[in-house]
Amino acid sequence: MSLWQYANPVKFLHLSGKIVPTLAVLSALSLVISLYWGFFLTPDDYKQGATVKIIYIHVPSALVAINAWFMMLVTSLIWLVRRHHVSVLASKAASYVGVVMTLVALITGAFWGQPMWGTWWAWDPRLTSFLILFLFYLGYIALWAGIDDPDTAADLTSVLCIVGSVFAVLSRYAVNFWNQGLHQGASLSLDKEEHVSDVFYFPLLLAIAGFVLLFIVLTLVGTRTEIRQRRARALLARSKG
Amino acid sequence: MIALLIRDLRLAMRAGGGFGLSLAFFLIVVVLVPFGVGPEMSLLSRIAPGILWVGALLACLLSLDRIFALDYEDGSLDLLATSPLPAEGIVTVKAIAHWLTTGLPLVVIAPVLGILLGLPQQGYFWIVLSLLLGTPALSVIGTFGAALTVGIKRGGLLLSLLVLPLYVPTLIYGAELARRGTQGLETGTPLLMLAGITCAVTALLPFASAAVLRINLR
Amino acid sequence: MSLQVSNLSVSRGGRTLLEGVTFDVDTGHALILRGPNGLGKTTLLRTLAGLQKPEAGTVHLPEEDAVYAGHLDGIKATLTVRENLMFWARVFGTQSIDRALRTFDLSDLLDRSGGMLSAGQKRRLGLARLMVTGRKFWMLDEPTVSLDQASVAQFADMIRAHLASGGSAIMATHIDLGLGADVRVLDLSAFRATTPKLHASEEAFL
Repeated sequence: MSLWQYANPVKFLHLSGKIVPTLAVLSALSLVISLYWGFFLTPDDYKQGATVKIIYIHVPSALVAINAWFMMLVTSLIWLVRRHHVSVLASKAASYVGVVMTLVALITGAFWGQPMWGTWWAWDPRLTSFLILFLFYLGYIALWAGIDDPDTAADLTSVLCIVGSVFAVLSRYAVNFWNQGLHQGASLSLDKEEHVSDVFYFPLLLAIAGFVLLFIVLTLVGTRTEIRQRRARALLARSKG
Repeated sequence: MIALLIRDLRLAMRAGGGFGLSLAFFLIVVVLVPFGVGPEMSLLSRIAPGILWVGALLACLLSLDRIFALDYEDGSLDLLATSPLPAEGIVTVKAIAHWLTTGLPLVVIAPVLGILLGLPQQGYFWIVLSLLLGTPALSVIGTFGAALTVGIKRGGLLLSLLVLPLYVPTLIYGAELARRGTQGLETGTPLLMLAGITCAVTALLPFASAAVLRINLR
Repeated sequence: MSLQVSNLSVSRGGRTLLEGVTFDVDTGHALILRGPNGLGKTTLLRTLAGLQKPEAGTVHLPEEDAVYAGHLDGIKATLTVRENLMFWARVFGTQSIDRALRTFDLSDLLDRSGGMLSAGQKRRLGLARLMVTGRKFWMLDEPTVSLDQASVAQFADMIRAHLASGGSAIMATHIDLGLGADVRVLDLSAFRATTPKLHASEEAFL
């Protein structure tokens, strides 16, 4: 028994089919509770007023956006090393969720920034990095779409993901150097000074859990779809002979 | 390898080789900017390093799809891949040839275009230095993008989409070096970072380029 | 023993085309591949040339010994015949292109640019490339396409001379070149993959 047995597409379909409904319910529950808690049961911030509440969407989506890319990096590496189809298809599925999360983070950030900083957009390092991340997602998705042969597409997008990751990190440093920005410190730092206060903290944690679960559910469903597509293709090829 | 370099340089110089195209494109970008932002010389001279860098980058981008596409279409790339040259060698030579026919001319012409933008006196040295250090990285990264999209029909636009985010660090440090130098600020960090990026991508990226080239040829 | 192929399976576009392909080609011998269009002759040759990985089976070929010529000749339109040929000579580390020029009557065209050549002349230039590589083992995909009768005869002469000098060749062609006893013909139809047969990477999804 090894974990890799679930890399078999058929086994993966079987297992993921069982856990997706549970995860989906959990995700919906935590999202509903945390957003209700956050929006209606927490006080307004003394400085930022009610606008602070966008934090319950902004921070989790931004977190997922970055970690989705990180997951893609890992699954792409697994594909290149071990040639497990599920891995690379999960990478592809995650990219769609990731690009939407990046966009959500950018848009909610703009809505938050407008009343706080008086501008929808600033070339602040974090904002800029997210914009660059968005471009990386677009490139990755476009490369998948541009290639017919699925294995070639898998190989090329995986290499792009790895090379892109290196450049994304480089860009992050470059952008930091280029402009020290407006963005507030981390919302979730262990450093007590910087940290948001507990009233906001717990619903935020729950919201993050909800977003992560949502990401997992959507990625699993997306991967299942990709696997089914490949399966249909294989069946069609076989029946044609 | 030398033979391949000579052939590529020769092809670039001959009719239809596209040698002058990127230079002309660079010229057009620089000429168009004042029409867009207004003729005020003080503004232009302030943004001149940035315009020159963005213009050079776009001109470089424009010529990338020629790196492999022509050899792919006429079958030379298959023959090269089965020749004694290692794929890593081929992509390195291609990047060098691209730099010699695109990057280097851009470096040479940049100071001339600087005049049009009212680049301050001390800026000429820095714009040439920063482009000289940065354009090799643009060629090497671009070769990776070209190798990635070589099998895709009309992959030019996709190539741009893939390469542009990869160009961000080089552009930031390069333009920053030129800007700081022009304004007489401290230049150590961007200088080192730019040189570091160029060295690192030249040393490492050919392996990735060769890998994707092999994938695309199979 | 120059080339040994055993139990080779090749695939294209997610489908296995040929399987169990087994043959040897000795030095001084040639093998002609036959079979209907779409059977996988080109794919087999590309696999032997190392451009794609075999699906299964093994290919034994001394390294640095083979040269491949596909459907396209890789001729640069803006380079002259001499420049085109010299380029390949340098890539393969040989210097003389005279013998190749003589064999294919290209001496008169030496300074003509590649773009001005007719289809048949281009093909002759593409075949002349084989001679300047100095490689022993030639893999040719439809080498006689667009050649006239005289050129086909030149080509046959070239192959004979090549085999006589200890070289060998494997080619996909439908033309009878009259090469004599050193040549075997292999009909690949016998190795056609039994339908339905999918590429392992498609198989994984079933």
